[in-house]
Amino acid sequence: MDTYRCLNDTRKGLVETLIESWLFVAAMISAIAVGAILFFLIYFAWPIFHEDHLWKLLSWYWRPFQDQFGILPMVAGSVLLGISSMLLAYPMGIGVCCCVYGLGPRWLSGLTLMIVRIMTSVPTVVYGFVSVFLLVPFLREFFYHGSGFSWLAATLTLSLLVLPTVTLIVNAQFELFDPEIRLATTALGFSPIKQLIWVVIPASYKGLLAAAVLGFGRAVGDTIISLMVSGNSPQFPHSMLDSIRTLTAHVALVVSTEAGSMAYNSLFAAGIMLFGVSALVNGALRFIRAGSE
Amino acid sequence: MFSKLNQRILVGASVAFLVPLLCVSVYAGNLDQFAKISGTLDIAGGTAHIPVMKEAAQNIMAYNPKVRITIAGGGSGVGVQKVGKGLVQIGNTGRPLTQQEVDTYGLKTFPFAVDGVAVIVNPKNPLKDLKPDQIAEIFAGRIKNWKDVGGSDAEIHLYTRDEASGTREVFWKKLLKKGAVADKANVVPSNGAMKVSVAQDPDAIGYMSIGHVDASVKPISIDGVVANQENALNGTYGVVRKLYMNTKGNPSPIAQAFLEYVFSTDGTAIISKYGYIPLSK
Repeated sequence: MDTYRCLNDTRKGLVETLIESWLFVAAMISAIAVGAILFFLIYFAWPIFHEDHLWKLLSWYWRPFQDQFGILPMVAGSVLLGISSMLLAYPMGIGVCCCVYGLGPRWLSGLTLMIVRIMTSVPTVVYGFVSVFLLVPFLREFFYHGSGFSWLAATLTLSLLVLPTVTLIVNAQFELFDPEIRLATTALGFSPIKQLIWVVIPASYKGLLAAAVLGFGRAVGDTIISLMVSGNSPQFPHSMLDSIRTLTAHVALVVSTEAGSMAYNSLFAAGIMLFGVSALVNGALRFIRAGSE
Repeated sequence: MFSKLNQRILVGASVAFLVPLLCVSVYAGNLDQFAKISGTLDIAGGTAHIPVMKEAAQNIMAYNPKVRITIAGGGSGVGVQKVGKGLVQIGNTGRPLTQQEVDTYGLKTFPFAVDGVAVIVNPKNPLKDLKPDQIAEIFAGRIKNWKDVGGSDAEIHLYTRDEASGTREVFWKKLLKKGAVADKANVVPSNGAMKVSVAQDPDAIGYMSIGHVDASVKPISIDGVVANQENALNGTYGVVRKLYMNTKGNPSPIAQAFLEYVFSTDGTAIISKYGYIPLSK
């Protein structure tokens, strides 16, 4: 009996080992890819960090023809745009999930989720295109200030892009509680709104955090919308109606300059900054999570 | 229209779809050299070149279907990089190559046309004429309202091109005299994107290749000289540049045949048709 069980265990172990090692290889490849990207970014950006060019990069002026290569306006642009579109999309996404889970009528929840799922399959360039022809002229005429290509236009467009990411992650988390917890809490006399506020949302803490991380990553990583809609001025915005340039759009605009020139090499520093911004936000949210547990 | 990828798809698609239609209008003569050639020729770079490249490619592929020619945009900078790295056989630029580019990649350059760069505004803008120093002040951001240059009371919206643009380079050197462009200016990545932006914005000012100007935008005359190809040819309009095709080392046989076609009488007719001034080899 013991021998048999032992044999059985070994066999099971073999399959398990295979699966485990397969997963381990997959995980390692992903990790190595990320590591290699960072390595090559630093490798190519090295001439800039190496010489006395670094202070040039850390300035507020991008004027390559006057020998000024500051990328801080673009760092600010990416961070501000990421935050502003998340401030809009995040509450909206959670709102949609709350509506779907208990607050709204049944027929509406199915329809809303369907629309959100369709939104994930819309190519970003379509959002950009529609914005250029509808949103930008509207903003220009409505506010009567600026050309319409602005931080605000990019925020509104980008929040549409981020909304499905946030909604679907939070929704997946909410779905884990249905229907057992709903039954239990209803039995305890919770109204749907109280269920959400006191039970479902606090218990979905991890999902909410994951949605924030992935949503912000999506917002900061997007290129085509900011390239088409934000106006691409390398300046720190003084109002939402000012034109801004993000790091991603900056790379797209400058990448076709003469290879080996200072402008070209500074792009690798821009890449590192972009990497850094994502890593920082990721780390910060993990830190918050670790602190709360 | 905005993204470079899109432009490539658009050009590729239009070339692909138009070829069968044009098969009827085969005219030989200048095309004889393609009779025994087959293979693929890839061209990329400056966006001002595209209309000429497209029509030349269509005629060639209609004459000999064994020749495939692809045309991509991307701008002058992309033209240099792609031809230099051997990704395309001909890389187009709207500016002369720098010595460094010639040394790094061993490029040969073939100027084939002259193109003017026009300052453009929205057709709704009543303004017709500006002086060069007014244009410099506007682009530097010191003149902020159209009424200061004789227009209506409205804020000026600046549109400029990215740093890799050949159009930007000639505008910046010849009209702004290497003066500053305000940081707040919107930056667009192609001649096409410039046209769309200025055509939509009543208070816009920008600049683009004269060959791309159509009724959706209004070219501004400078010191009374209208920005058109006639004035560019007779020298009264000074904001001009040459358009170049570049190859890595000596052109391959198929690229050589293409170059010769562009410089032939058929080729110069195409160049003139799209509003550029042909140059002899």
